[in-house]
Amino acid sequence: MFDWKWDFAWEITPRLIQATGNTLIAAGAGYALALVLGLVLALAQRTPYKILTLAVREFVEFVRSTPLILQIFFVFYVGPQFGIRLSPWMSGMIAIGLHYSCYLSEVYRGGIESVAKGQWEAATALNMTTAQKYRRVIIPQAIPPALAGMGNYLVGIFKDTPMLSVIGVTELMHTANSIGAENYRFLEPYTMVGIIFLAISLPAAGLIRLLEGYARRKLGL
Amino acid sequence: MSTYDFLVLYWPRLLSGTGITIAQFLLAAILGVTISLGMGLLKLSHNPLLRGTAVTYIEIFRGTSLLVQLYWIFFVLPLFGLTIEKFTAGYVAVGMNIGAYGAELVRGGILSVPKGQWEAALAINLSPAQRMRRIILPQALVNMLPPWGNLMIELLKGTALVSLISVADLMFEAKQINGTTYLSAQTFGAALVIYYVLARFLVTPFMRWLERFMARKMGRA
Repeated sequence: MFDWKWDFAWEITPRLIQATGNTLIAAGAGYALALVLGLVLALAQRTPYKILTLAVREFVEFVRSTPLILQIFFVFYVGPQFGIRLSPWMSGMIAIGLHYSCYLSEVYRGGIESVAKGQWEAATALNMTTAQKYRRVIIPQAIPPALAGMGNYLVGIFKDTPMLSVIGVTELMHTANSIGAENYRFLEPYTMVGIIFLAISLPAAGLIRLLEGYARRKLGL
Repeated sequence: MSTYDFLVLYWPRLLSGTGITIAQFLLAAILGVTISLGMGLLKLSHNPLLRGTAVTYIEIFRGTSLLVQLYWIFFVLPLFGLTIEKFTAGYVAVGMNIGAYGAELVRGGILSVPKGQWEAALAINLSPAQRMRRIILPQALVNMLPPWGNLMIELLKGTALVSLISVADLMFEAKQINGTTYLSAQTFGAALVIYYVLARFLVTPFMRWLERFMARKMGRA
């Protein structure tokens, strides 16, 4: 019943490690995109234009309440219908980056709202422009309370990268599928994928807690 | 084909897919809530063995991807002589995954009940089981309901993954229709809207109602 084959597991290890690299790149690139786009979405909800705020709010809600896997398919297949061809990597990064930017925009929003009102008034009293206020006063103070959420979504994006396998991004899950199909053995590849995910996400979660504490101390909180 | 013609032609399939999605959602929710309660209580146990079981379960299911878990349950468990039908494998994987996240909410909810409540229950000579059932859990439930609302949306989104093991849910039907018509924008767009409507106009209002209902029951409204 328990026919785990060590030599087979050993044989496929290099391929899985290589694919782990791709998974990390996908998670990193997607997260970088989400960090930037999330800030844009958060700031767009703070403009005086009611319609813009409402539209962005509804967009964020929409993206957050629909499945990522469906969004990945949407980005990948809808482009070609209108003559835009995107590679699997490209559409995967757009879909996952967009999805997580909506989550991150909520994290940023919470952070910005946690900055005391007196800080805004003081910045106004110093005759700062809106851009200066955000860059030099508000955002530096908004980041520490947002760090926990930002860290959680970094681990979250890493755990969601297997969904990219459905459009042919050669990350960990895709490689495990190929290995399984080539050798008619799914036990070792799928189990090893699970172990690799655990081996990365558990220490990462711990490391994020440490960094969070460090950042708080650094900023005198 | 116009979007209207498209919907006239394909609404029965989208509807049947939605039915399966709702069935998967409800079954996974029942399983997930049960596991959450069990694991949440075990994690608070004084017995290191029971606590260890809960911690292991929670870390494994939160540390790996839902997709990995789903594939493992569907493709690897049969190798151990435990063959699960795809429909069952789908909601079991989603439910077990959500259960791990829910367990932390249950634990947090129970810990948020003031110490005086525990002491008062002890003072009126309730057994530990009575104390948990009649004093602690009802109050914990009210405290933890708001984050459960978010978790239920995650659960709904998670059910979209069962399409990858060929459960004919909404996501699966959308992929099939897209495969024959190549009308990606209409197909995936319609599916996105259906998921959004389910999340925004069914799941979220129900959770809000439950929050109000429980608060009233507890005499807090």
